[in-house]
Amino acid sequence: MKHLTEFRDPELAGRLLAEIRRTVTRAWVLMEVCGGQTHAIVRHGIDQLLPPEVELVHGPGCPVCVTPLEMIDHALAIAAKPGVMFCSFGDMLRVPGSGNDLLRVKSAGADVRIVYSPLDALALARRHPDREVVFFGIGFETTAPATAMTVHTAKRLGVCNFSVLAAHVRVPPAIRAIASDPGNRVQAFLAAGHVCGVMGYHEYPVLAESHRVPIVVTGFEPLDILEGIRRAVRQLEAGEACVENAYDRVVTFQGNESAQELIATVFEETDRNWRGIGTIPASGWKLRPEYHTFDAELRFPVSGVRPAEPNSCRSGDVLRGRIKPTECPAFGTSCTPWSPLGATMVSSEGACAAYFHTGRFIPLGLAKTAPDAQPAAL
Amino acid sequence: MGKVDFGGVVKDVCLAYLPGIAVGEYAVVHAGFAISRLDEAAALETLRTFAAMESPNEEPL
Repeated sequence: MKHLTEFRDPELAGRLLAEIRRTVTRAWVLMEVCGGQTHAIVRHGIDQLLPPEVELVHGPGCPVCVTPLEMIDHALAIAAKPGVMFCSFGDMLRVPGSGNDLLRVKSAGADVRIVYSPLDALALARRHPDREVVFFGIGFETTAPATAMTVHTAKRLGVCNFSVLAAHVRVPPAIRAIASDPGNRVQAFLAAGHVCGVMGYHEYPVLAESHRVPIVVTGFEPLDILEGIRRAVRQLEAGEACVENAYDRVVTFQGNESAQELIATVFEETDRNWRGIGTIPASGWKLRPEYHTFDAELRFPVSGVRPAEPNSCRSGDVLRGRIKPTECPAFGTSCTPWSPLGATMVSSEGACAAYFHTGRFIPLGLAKTAPDAQPAAL
Repeated sequence: MGKVDFGGVVKDVCLAYLPGIAVGEYAVVHAGFAISRLDEAAALETLRTFAAMESPNEEPL
């Protein structure tokens, strides 16, 4: 596809890698925030091509991974109700709640549908006025505009049998939480390009300055990621900590203002519990009171939900960049994509799934010492 | 709503967030919504910058 394949060019990747090698003089730890970037890095083997001084740790930007367990349990309870048609993005279906998931609820007889867009859920509600259609609105600033427009449209059209279980989250408060964690190892962040496409990057300079971390807005193709790394390493080596935009074909400083406007109309900020990480202040969006009639959390109150995580799952440490998936004893043994203990093993954006599907069963440091581990070419 | 060609797959996409986007332009689409316009001039400029970097084969030994 145009403007995609050009950014996978191996020859140009070689030039970027050479530039990174020329720039780096000592060890640095960078975090790519977005799970889409994690998958691109692992799939293309970018982490294995980098000089050993540059370590990439994987961030919390996997929407289904950070959706709080209690919200998933609430979704499971709503989906099981008679008369409900429960609509979700596909990668949420196998995410474990407390001992159950949406796919199992579906196989037990519930009407659970996979949708590509919340607009599809709204269309189902209009086609089935006798049913209660609930959309599981999860995701970052990239997905929030879709949910906002859908709720806004439902209100305008008076679609009374439609509601949203809203669990949207925001990236900047998560970067702040990671950077201010006393155990933090991350020295620079690659910010998620598509999130910034919507929100711009005017929230980032204060973060870069107050935490002394370079932040580089980065795209998703191999050359984009290498350029993000190159710019972050250059800043670190020069002792700088500012915000750069390495994805200017998509991202502007202000972002998409009409999307921001509708988000602000429909949602208000709220403290949000991130699964495996804990509560991050002002890191979520919930529906404003004017839209409460479309809030599934209020329409379907559920009592007696007791969220319980499996003890052996270390996805919280993976999401904070404290460990790599292969450092978790359950990885690939008691936890696999077919029988996942945590959401990071399920999602198309989860770090554990990325490692598993590309055959990364050995920690990278050990793999690098093997004589035949050096890749011959990109 | 408008039609967007994803390298052969054509889907109906909400264009409300990109007022003024024209036929033939490129956009980032997420969950059925076009959220960012792609700036072709910037894309080409980025590729030119990469091409101007020294090739690893040209490195002095």
